[in-house]
Amino acid sequence: MSPASPSTTPSAVADRGDPISLLAADGTLRPHADLAVPDDVAARDLYRDMVMSRRVDSEAIALQRQGELGLWPSMLGQEAAQVGAGHALRPRDVVFPTYREHGVAWCRGVDPVNLLGLFRGTTMGGWDPTANNFNLYTLVIGAQTLHAVGYAMGIVRDGDVGTGDPDRDRAVLVFLGDGSLSEGETNEAFVWAAAQSLPVVFFCQNNQWAISAPYSVQSRIPVADRAKGFGFPGVRVDGNDAVACLAATEAALESARQGNGPTLIEAFTYRRNPHTTSDDDGRYRAHAENDHWEALDPIDRLRRHLEATGQLDDAFTASVTRQETELAERLRSGCRSLPVPAAGSPFEHTFVDIPAELRTQMDQHVAFVAAGQGAES
Amino acid sequence: MTTVPIARALNQGLRDAMDADDKVLLIGEDIGRLGGVFRVTDGLQKDFGEQRVVDSPLGEAGIVGSAIGLAMAGYRPVCEIQFDGFVFPAMNQIVTQLAKYRHRSEGQITLPVVIRIPVGGGIGAIEHHSESPEAYFAHTAGLKVMSPSSAQEAYDQIGLAIRSDDPVIFLEPKRSYWLKGEVDTAATPTPADKAKIVRAGDDLTLVVWGALVPVALKVAEVCAEEGRSIEVIDMRSLSPIDDATLLASLERTGRLVVAHEASRTAGVGAEIAARMQQQAFYSLEAPILRVTGYDTPYPASRLEEDWLPGLDRILDAVDQSFDQ
Repeated sequence: MSPASPSTTPSAVADRGDPISLLAADGTLRPHADLAVPDDVAARDLYRDMVMSRRVDSEAIALQRQGELGLWPSMLGQEAAQVGAGHALRPRDVVFPTYREHGVAWCRGVDPVNLLGLFRGTTMGGWDPTANNFNLYTLVIGAQTLHAVGYAMGIVRDGDVGTGDPDRDRAVLVFLGDGSLSEGETNEAFVWAAAQSLPVVFFCQNNQWAISAPYSVQSRIPVADRAKGFGFPGVRVDGNDAVACLAATEAALESARQGNGPTLIEAFTYRRNPHTTSDDDGRYRAHAENDHWEALDPIDRLRRHLEATGQLDDAFTASVTRQETELAERLRSGCRSLPVPAAGSPFEHTFVDIPAELRTQMDQHVAFVAAGQGAES
Repeated sequence: MTTVPIARALNQGLRDAMDADDKVLLIGEDIGRLGGVFRVTDGLQKDFGEQRVVDSPLGEAGIVGSAIGLAMAGYRPVCEIQFDGFVFPAMNQIVTQLAKYRHRSEGQITLPVVIRIPVGGGIGAIEHHSESPEAYFAHTAGLKVMSPSSAQEAYDQIGLAIRSDDPVIFLEPKRSYWLKGEVDTAATPTPADKAKIVRAGDDLTLVVWGALVPVALKVAEVCAEEGRSIEVIDMRSLSPIDDATLLASLERTGRLVVAHEASRTAGVGAEIAARMQQQAFYSLEAPILRVTGYDTPYPASRLEEDWLPGLDRILDAVDQSFDQ
């Protein structure tokens, strides 16, 4: 298969066998030789968080279409990967996302209204990374993998690895896409993490597409196989199976916390929507592909599990629907209420210690804007 | 007070900073076991251990990117980039991440990272080992740029850089690593953002930094014998630029020559000239002149002595200023 031609099958690369799945399409839990089903899977919580994440995503797309956001990178179809991984985290673990981890942000307790500012143009960030141990979104592909590595080096030097104390040991969970594996810095991060046996888990959502480039443009082998060359384990899980994603991430994070070093998790999934709202994916891929993956919807699969195990009663369904509706309303009003920063804000935030010349620039600029000479009325 | 080369003054400065704050650590290629290719970190790994003096894998993006992560985790990393010409693989992390994080986070993320880089020519080196990349960094909002010229300044400025909560690019003039000078570790440093008049004069202001400061002082000695009094200013900080010290000097002398090794076009000398022509226009007796490297890649070392701004070229510029 030529790397240049789009594929209508999920993967055109060397087959490594099926990704590990624990939750079958019919909603039953099935054991797997390589991955144990965790005890006490909080299926209702997983379901609720996946539903809320999807609603954040769909509301944001609607807001973009109304001109309230300039852009939105949708994670539709990737809810199981993000929420499954998100549920594996302990409070003191630290997350480094890309720019699409709206489901992980939800799990970490980041107010979803705060995700919108970056795409509305009111901020380049939007939340306090230390409040929920969830870093800001990074737009330069792969750059956050090195930050995650450095943070993990800090954890090692704090002595918070391998003590056996669950309130002390912690790890870093860094998200990356299939395209980012081609960036030099991502590969440097793998080198550093392996050579220093760092407590960092690399969670790659292989959603098959880097804008218009199918995964076959990036690599001839599956994502999970890339880790072996660097010297650490790679695990390939069904990215539409919330339980498998949870189990794999729990195991990898615990291994990292114990001092066994990094793991690369490949969550094999699919980007159901275009790269962002500015992308026209009809130009490079077929609708048939989307239909194939829609039939594997991660939320539907977990709902079937709830039904099969008697956890989907009317009270629960009603509470989810209520929460969803409230969330949607809050997103809409919250988006429109996001504050435009003061004209002096970029000047104040460039340095801790503002130089005299920059202060002069700031004063002149603030006066210019205040005199009504600025562009915005 | 001791008399030591700049390399040793830097070593002492790093040592004292690491003694004062457990969070200070060093990362770079060959800085541990080898003590650095210029021996600036000599002996530090033995005394502070491998966790605090890290022999890194070979990758400048990794050095700076991991330093960013370490800073997020509460550490104060001091990176070493082995040579000026090899900082470029790190430019993405420096420009898109290190310089921007405070602005991106609206002041919530502080990255007190220092990036030490040996810079400049005049050592007969091969390609990529004689660069002067200061303009890229001075032009990047969010970075501070410092360059010591003497052993005392090296000791003082590395301490200031490490204590700064802003990211600092610290440019060490490599041909001056063995330049000896007195160091008083108890002296109060000149503030980080201030230029320093290293030789007072009345007739012309000569602005330099790094390796050209000793050259400029020789220029002033020669001129003194010819009856001209040259005021030599060591910039010390290329971002921010100390306009006030330069302006006060120009208002007295009326003549300005700026000299730097870096190529002419869009160099830091151009920024200084632009600011001073605006602020000191009515005090000027002659056009502002620049003596710089040429707009070519750094030449093969057999050609570098004439290519670099040296004693003769700077004296010519001084003459030209008075001939206007």
